[in-house]
Amino acid sequence: MNSAHDLGGQMGFGPVVPEKDEPIFHADWEKKVLAINVAAGAMGAWTIDGIRHARESLPPAQYLSSSYYQIWLAALDKVLVEQGFLSKEELASGVAGSARREPKRVLKGEEVSTVLRRGFPYERETTVPARFKVGDKVRTIVMHPQHHTRLPRYARGKQGVIELVTGCHVFPDTGAHGAPETAQWLYTVVFTGPELWGRDADPTSSVSIEAWESYLEPA
Amino acid sequence: MSGHDHHHHHDHEHDNHFTPIEARVKALESLMVEKGYVDPAALDAIIDTYETKIGPRNGARVVAKAWSDPAYAARLKADGTAAVAELGYGGRGGEHIVACFNTREEHNLIVCTLCSCYPWPVLGLPPVWYKSPPYRAKAVIDPRGTLADFGVTLPDGQRVRVWDSTAETRFIVIPMRPEGTEGWSEDELASIVSRDSMIGVGLPSPENRP
Repeated sequence: MNSAHDLGGQMGFGPVVPEKDEPIFHADWEKKVLAINVAAGAMGAWTIDGIRHARESLPPAQYLSSSYYQIWLAALDKVLVEQGFLSKEELASGVAGSARREPKRVLKGEEVSTVLRRGFPYERETTVPARFKVGDKVRTIVMHPQHHTRLPRYARGKQGVIELVTGCHVFPDTGAHGAPETAQWLYTVVFTGPELWGRDADPTSSVSIEAWESYLEPA
Repeated sequence: MSGHDHHHHHDHEHDNHFTPIEARVKALESLMVEKGYVDPAALDAIIDTYETKIGPRNGARVVAKAWSDPAYAARLKADGTAAVAELGYGGRGGEHIVACFNTREEHNLIVCTLCSCYPWPVLGLPPVWYKSPPYRAKAVIDPRGTLADFGVTLPDGQRVRVWDSTAETRFIVIPMRPEGTEGWSEDELASIVSRDSMIGVGLPSPENRP
């Protein structure tokens, strides 16, 4: 969806202002949001694409005026309610009152290091050959879907070159909405600065995206 | 500060009053624990992992080894995931890793314009600026201006390449080894590899050796 999260090329935010000697967390509640978020992922409350969609479908004004941990918290609350793990009333009152939904698993303290180290790989086996090879010229499709997508607006309808065939990876656009998991070939596609940004762009700059096969057509 | 505010803050020290967001997170945490969805020990272990075990020192070791060992650098270039796993790094938030080597001809810069994708196993949790609109908006359209915000100016003739992390592949920049570091140990080399240099918004300098 074309929402506030799709920030590439937008203007008016001012310069990047790094914080000197920035701490890992700025408040204890941020630590808890991180930890609950990771643990909720392990319990099967969300998929990476489902939770991303929950974050990016926050109202634009809220998205742009929230810190990233605030965005995480809002999306986590939303997903936990949607998935039937918690009710809105429980979140408002802090008092448990609704039936418990059985999670896929409960991550135990002693399992954390193993689970984090293993991660959740997104590459899948396939017998389908890749449509494109390194060096092929491609054009990204133009689309403005209401649903989740990982093709940013600035890179739609642009001609680029396949630099890397990454593998067959879980496809986000449908998986974010609860459809059974599918996978597609994933490519690194490079665009010149002027192709993306026009004649005034820096001709010595280039930008790559990671594009699933259905985002691409031969050019 | 008004007298009322002062009184309000004073009360905080004696009562267990929380700010609205603290109260919200407390409520969420207690519900998740009470309903048996999360183990409090797991929450502590996750926080401890990202406060003390996983951070940019991991990535610095990868860079230092690549600088010291050409065979390792070649493996890192060919398969980033396998090469960082040789040092024990990998997993959540960095299941698929690509190493982007800076050269005299091209400088690399990492961004996630759509959210906050960042190579957790080698760099830890991202800084606030990396997740915020100014960086996510500007890096792709004005990479040299973005670098200028960090005080970095690239030499004339060096191209700049931006990697937008739109899938589950995560990128780490391998800066060029600075002159003046000949004969240094891997530990010494790692000490000058900053987090920012592995995102591409900084450059390592021998003067930063502790």
